[in-house]
Amino acid sequence: MAFTNSDYSDMQGLLRFGYGRLTEACFLLLRVEDASAAGHWLERAPIATAEEQNPPPMRALQIGLTCEGLRKLGLPDDLLNAFSAEFISGMSGDENRSRRLGDVDVNAPQYWQWGAADDVPDLVALLYAQPGMLEEWKSSIEAGLTASGFQLLQCLPTTDMGGVEPFGFVDGVSQPKLDWERQRDVTGDQLSYENVSMVGEFVLGYPNEYGKYTTRPVIPEQEIGLPAAEDLKGHSDLGRNGSYLVIRQIEQDVRSFWQFADKQVGEDATKRQTLAEKMVGRQMSGDSLVSGTGQSIAGVGPDAQDIQRNQFTFDDDADGIRCPLGAHVRRANPRNADYPAGTHDLVERLVRLLGFGRKSIREDVIASTRFHRLLRRGREYGTKLSPDQRLQPQFIDETPSGLQFVCLNANISRQFEFVQSAWLMSGKFDGLNEEGDPLLGNREAVTGCPVDRFSLPVAGGVRQQIQELPRFTTIRGGAYFFLPGVRALRYLARIAKA
Amino acid sequence: MTPQSNIMVVAPIIAGREAELRQLLASMNREPGLVDPDNPLVPFGKIATLHFARFVVLEDKTREDLLVYGAPLPNAINSLAFLCDCDGTADVLRRDLVTYAEAGLRQIFSFCDSFKSNTDLLRWMVEHEQAAATTYNNWLGRTVLQVREEEALRKALQLQLRTRTVGSPRQAWRELRAFVANEKAAGRLSLTSAAPTPLVWSIENLLNCVGVPLSLLLLSPILLIYLPIFLIQLRIHESRDPVIAPRPTLAHAKSLAVIEDRVITNQFSAYGNIKPGLFRRWTLAFLLFAVQYTTRHIYNRGFLARVNTIHFARWVFLDNRTRLFFASNYDGGLETYMGDFINKVAWGLNIVFSNGVGYPKTNWLVMGGAKDELVFKDFLRRHQLPTDVWYDATPGITAFDMERNSRLRNGIEQESMTDDELSEWIGLL
Repeated sequence: MAFTNSDYSDMQGLLRFGYGRLTEACFLLLRVEDASAAGHWLERAPIATAEEQNPPPMRALQIGLTCEGLRKLGLPDDLLNAFSAEFISGMSGDENRSRRLGDVDVNAPQYWQWGAADDVPDLVALLYAQPGMLEEWKSSIEAGLTASGFQLLQCLPTTDMGGVEPFGFVDGVSQPKLDWERQRDVTGDQLSYENVSMVGEFVLGYPNEYGKYTTRPVIPEQEIGLPAAEDLKGHSDLGRNGSYLVIRQIEQDVRSFWQFADKQVGEDATKRQTLAEKMVGRQMSGDSLVSGTGQSIAGVGPDAQDIQRNQFTFDDDADGIRCPLGAHVRRANPRNADYPAGTHDLVERLVRLLGFGRKSIREDVIASTRFHRLLRRGREYGTKLSPDQRLQPQFIDETPSGLQFVCLNANISRQFEFVQSAWLMSGKFDGLNEEGDPLLGNREAVTGCPVDRFSLPVAGGVRQQIQELPRFTTIRGGAYFFLPGVRALRYLARIAKA
Repeated sequence: MTPQSNIMVVAPIIAGREAELRQLLASMNREPGLVDPDNPLVPFGKIATLHFARFVVLEDKTREDLLVYGAPLPNAINSLAFLCDCDGTADVLRRDLVTYAEAGLRQIFSFCDSFKSNTDLLRWMVEHEQAAATTYNNWLGRTVLQVREEEALRKALQLQLRTRTVGSPRQAWRELRAFVANEKAAGRLSLTSAAPTPLVWSIENLLNCVGVPLSLLLLSPILLIYLPIFLIQLRIHESRDPVIAPRPTLAHAKSLAVIEDRVITNQFSAYGNIKPGLFRRWTLAFLLFAVQYTTRHIYNRGFLARVNTIHFARWVFLDNRTRLFFASNYDGGLETYMGDFINKVAWGLNIVFSNGVGYPKTNWLVMGGAKDELVFKDFLRRHQLPTDVWYDATPGITAFDMERNSRLRNGIEQESMTDDELSEWIGLL
């Protein structure tokens, strides 16, 4: 059954909207000092829901809680422990996780400005407002919070850069579409790339791409103010209509990025931009480097700009001639299906299933994309540099710029962590060797294997390889939050009050 | 061609001495779980034919799962297992082990019940070996020496490419061929030719290749008559077998995570009980026998069904076929590995591991099971054991890298290439 407004009204709006019109935003990191007072505030917190509003809202508030935050509100251990292991451990809480995520050396949590092991916030309040309205919105929310048992640790500011990230590229171009109609069938293999995801990939309490319900806390009681668990009769679902929210503050060294590109091409403006676009994997305008065959892709369109930018897969550029194999967007979303391209009928599938029929050495080396999608809700921060400024030396005391990377997913280890470690940080992605993500790579060799190269395949020739790519980004903070459904948030508030 | 062999020595640990043994094993490591190849106890690095090796304490952490069957609990004696995958015969490997590591191995095995100060090490190891029911080798005949030489070749080629101006692919190929010839003459590169295939091995292999299908053909009337009965039995078992897959404890998960993702290849050891009764035991024995045939004769060229990240793997029956031990060496992280299991070879995992206690429910042996993603992941992780000591002779070189490097070498050693071959070859650089 399709989603109705009553389902949407139990869901925080971020799962459905990016709040693009609310161009001003800031994220308040808070600590719970007095659980009971915090409960009173949370019970009435004016959360913006996923219901469509007419006219659209002028401001929005979203709330996420870390595991520590839930514990402080008094959620019992048995419920707490039913959240995912990575949420419980936290983004920075285990050096083995940090190693996997590439948060080592200068990116190690010990150097973070927030979110390191003893500095994990309990709660995040994401505030969005129309131009000119954020200051007032922030003051009123902040006053309410600090008067209600919360301590403000930090305010992460954002800057409206007009949909362009600090390097100068149009951002947020590709997003998975959620199957709100609940029509999607995942019982069989998916033979072509689609841009539609099961709701359960992002919202807890619904079937995911495996057709299964992701583990989350449920309570064997009814009528306690929580939604019913769809898959467990007689149970209330604390997770339903909630999600996991990942925030990572990624500082971008814009000048280093452009000046490196400039030096590589002998200070030629056109070639500089071409190289930068090859590293990103898109044109600065957001258009694809790969032109599609014109074949429609479920979940792309009907918007003409979306079709122009996203109606393609990398099957049309299998050797990475137009969009290099290691380009950022190709790593982050390889746009493949469950079987290698060109697998259609039952016989072909059986042949592939048994491992035969390989046409090239690189075939079938990337995991199926649909299990590793992220709903991105990031915002830029810091000073926006003009194209000329990017090539000039840094000002004294310049405010750093970067991305407050925000994404939603139902399974942090299979989605965010997988994309980060197996695709972005991996030196071996898609059969490559010795190169990590050109934008996000930490350039830290793994036991003697360097990851600081970037190759540009050349049609019918020897690929061009760039050596000793500098690190263009640094992690400054991050945490995993639970973005509860509205009834779940009120339930937590009542626990805290008691 | 030099075929690969393996050994697995298993012996019970003396009661009360396990902690001390684990400490000794840990002293061999330079990082948690990763052995120092030059450690004084077993200097694995000195054995040039050794691909992978590990010491792992076999501890049955899930034995109480059997209570749901009302079956008697199996013994709780922990054993020490020592596994090696090598080039050439196991005989030569054993001799090498004694030559380079007799004192260290004696010290390690002295923690086992049956090992006394006057025990003959070689004979004791042979007596305590457990043959695998199924083994998998990513590429039959690919030696450690070959992997190292070909990786050196790749590096040299890529370095050389950086210094030359780009011409046509054919020109580049000719230049690189001349470059390699030059480097070989100067002793900076070597590309050792494959050794002749041992005649005994070839004969045995041929007999097995023909003999197995032949005997199955002879048995087929009986098997066909039994098939409907088997299917009924299977469905009854599948409907009754309980699923036991709680999330692994934090401490257990941590003991595994701490030794993972330190090099690009990872180790995996898992241990568990086979469902009680003859049906599951014999089903598993038959299926592993069948899988062994395919890994021996078919899946020995870079992939096991759709998975191309496994270097070596093996399935070993223990304790009178009441338990199964699984060990593998795979590229990438565990999430990728498990994802491949679920998305690419769930059927293969199901036919084997669904005979284990607690496995997620299968349908008709091949369907369901691993497709129950989170239950399967918990099941697997819970049966996984921390590998106390792990040796990887060629860290950082994935199975994919090895195949690509071999193709690079073939191109260099070829006298001529068509334009198509050339453009494919040049793409590998």
